Amino acid sequence: MLKYILKRILHSLIALVIVISIVLLLLRAMPVEGYFNNYEKMSETQINVTLRKMGLKDPAPVQIGRYLMQLLKGDLGTSNKYRQGYPIAKIIAKKAPISIRIGLLSFAIALAAGFPLGIAMARSAKTKWKVWDRFGTILIVIVQAVPSAVYHLLIQLYGSEWLGISMLFDKDDWRTYILPVFSLALGNIVYFAMWLRRYMVDEANKDYVRLARAKGVPESRISRVHIFRNAVVPLVQYIPQSILFTLMGSLYVESLYSIPGMGGLLVQVIKIQDNTMVQALVVIYSALSVMGLLLGDILMALFDPRISFTGKEGSRA
Amino acid sequence: MSLTLRGHRESQLENALTAEMKRQVSPYEQYRDLPEEELFREAGVDTAGAERGGYSNYSYWGATTRAFFQNRVAVLFLIVIVLLLAFTFIQPHLPNQKQPKTIYNDERGIQIINRQPDEEFWFGTNSIGQDLWARTWAGTRTSLGIGFAVGLFEVTLGTLIGLLWGYVRKLDSFFTELYNIFDNVPQTLVLILISYILKPSVGTIIFALCLTGWLSMARFIRNMVVIIRDRDYNLASRCLGTSTGRIITKNLLPYLVSVMALRMALAIPSAIGNEVFVTYIGIGLPTDIPSLGNLVQAGRLLISQPELRYQLLFPVAVLALITISLYIVGNSFADAADPKNHLR
Repeated sequence: MLKYILKRILHSLIALVIVISIVLLLLRAMPVEGYFNNYEKMSETQINVTLRKMGLKDPAPVQIGRYLMQLLKGDLGTSNKYRQGYPIAKIIAKKAPISIRIGLLSFAIALAAGFPLGIAMARSAKTKWKVWDRFGTILIVIVQAVPSAVYHLLIQLYGSEWLGISMLFDKDDWRTYILPVFSLALGNIVYFAMWLRRYMVDEANKDYVRLARAKGVPESRISRVHIFRNAVVPLVQYIPQSILFTLMGSLYVESLYSIPGMGGLLVQVIKIQDNTMVQALVVIYSALSVMGLLLGDILMALFDPRISFTGKEGSRA
Repeated sequence: MSLTLRGHRESQLENALTAEMKRQVSPYEQYRDLPEEELFREAGVDTAGAERGGYSNYSYWGATTRAFFQNRVAVLFLIVIVLLLAFTFIQPHLPNQKQPKTIYNDERGIQIINRQPDEEFWFGTNSIGQDLWARTWAGTRTSLGIGFAVGLFEVTLGTLIGLLWGYVRKLDSFFTELYNIFDNVPQTLVLILISYILKPSVGTIIFALCLTGWLSMARFIRNMVVIIRDRDYNLASRCLGTSTGRIITKNLLPYLVSVMALRMALAIPSAIGNEVFVTYIGIGLPTDIPSLGNLVQAGRLLISQPELRYQLLFPVAVLALITISLYIVGNSFADAADPKNHLR
């Protein structure tokens, strides 16, 4: 297991270096006008001197190497346009907590609502009227089919009217958290409900469930212990990634409610060509996604009743 | 020192284990020493046995269509989407239609701005006096075109790469590493870069969305292929000497038709959604080309004025109707096309 994890981490590091290089090359493909505020007024020499000073005239491998060395020292660098000369780590430290708070809240709601909904759907799939199953299916279809850009907008529009609260976010007013958190949670609620229902229905037709029923295990215990435990395994893998990704924030929701989080930051700094910021953000995001995948796999192994680390071979009490 | 030693022994053990597993798994290795006569023996022709076998009149597409038309909700939405598509393309040729880009003036020569929906302007007019009804359908045409082109490209390239990735074992780790890398390059960065390099147009946006969208499709197909590649019937085919091309087209692809149909049906709504998104971050189509993305964006800016909300709600309603119908039809078709659901 340890060997496997180390191997995975090594692979991820190599992938990370390549991602950094590609992003750096892509950024160099941007027009140089973006680096200057008064490009038209500057002479050729002035431009060249400034570019050289910024290190943009060096060959690409040199630039990549320099950046990697800097990263190894734990330095994300300083912003060169967004907030000139300000350490990037500080900018992120100020913005990330807001995104994380909203993201975690909405993820907790998604878990708390999505799992019960999925279980209720799977259970009612066998009843006559399938009330929950039908309701859930309609919800799933609407949320999955309508572009999120559209339903976020409608939630903001009618939610704020209906609840009588402000359309914009205010850090100190808890009521303004409701709509963005709910908006963000909706996608995950539906995702969890949809897959949990599918996996539970699949598991319910397996032989071990039939055996449990034949033995006289109560229906509620079958669905809780036998079916749920096995059905939830593929979903567990998705959890660490979702938690880590809350740091990135949501571009669309945050800008709709003007939440000062991480959401729009990447688009913003790409547009103003703040290269050091773009690189720093890409590094962080890729590292998070790699870490999320790894943690997901480990968590899945821990959750799966069929995989055991303690090594009681053959005997499972 | 002892640590490296143990590591060495571990790897030795692992090698032996893999060799052993290979020997067990591969039927060629296992029976290599056996003479040909032991492996295959002429059975001769048994006419009576052939008569007994009977035949099944199962046809894949026949069963698929039958299964699909049993689902009444899906049929309803299929009718909706067919009518909607037909109307979208017939609409400009109907009599008394306004032009999507013309600015309309009243008798005094003043632009008819922000007119509420009435008998003349069915969806009202926008802030510069263009007819919203005509614009909505023109926008639907643009967005459907984009969605269809992107979806087709995604499914084609995704399937090709996915088949290679899943079926050819030697390429698996290569493609996996490649995926890990490209999956981490932010999509927004690529989109913005393309909009810098190329002029914003319908072609550019199709190109940009194609460039980033096929990855997940390829991965999906790869996972499917890995699951069914080593099933017994494929192993049997291979042992009987079926060529790889035939195994892929006859044994694997029919299994994938259902997922491909589903992805195609979902790729269109998601491309439309992405179009709305790129318009939102300001790198979408030029504003003079009507598209659902542009219409939603234009309507969004007016939501603080409740009496002008119709400018957002009409395009949104059409968009939602299209995406929901496509989603339901795609899902039902995927269920119907799955051979597992044909055994009733």
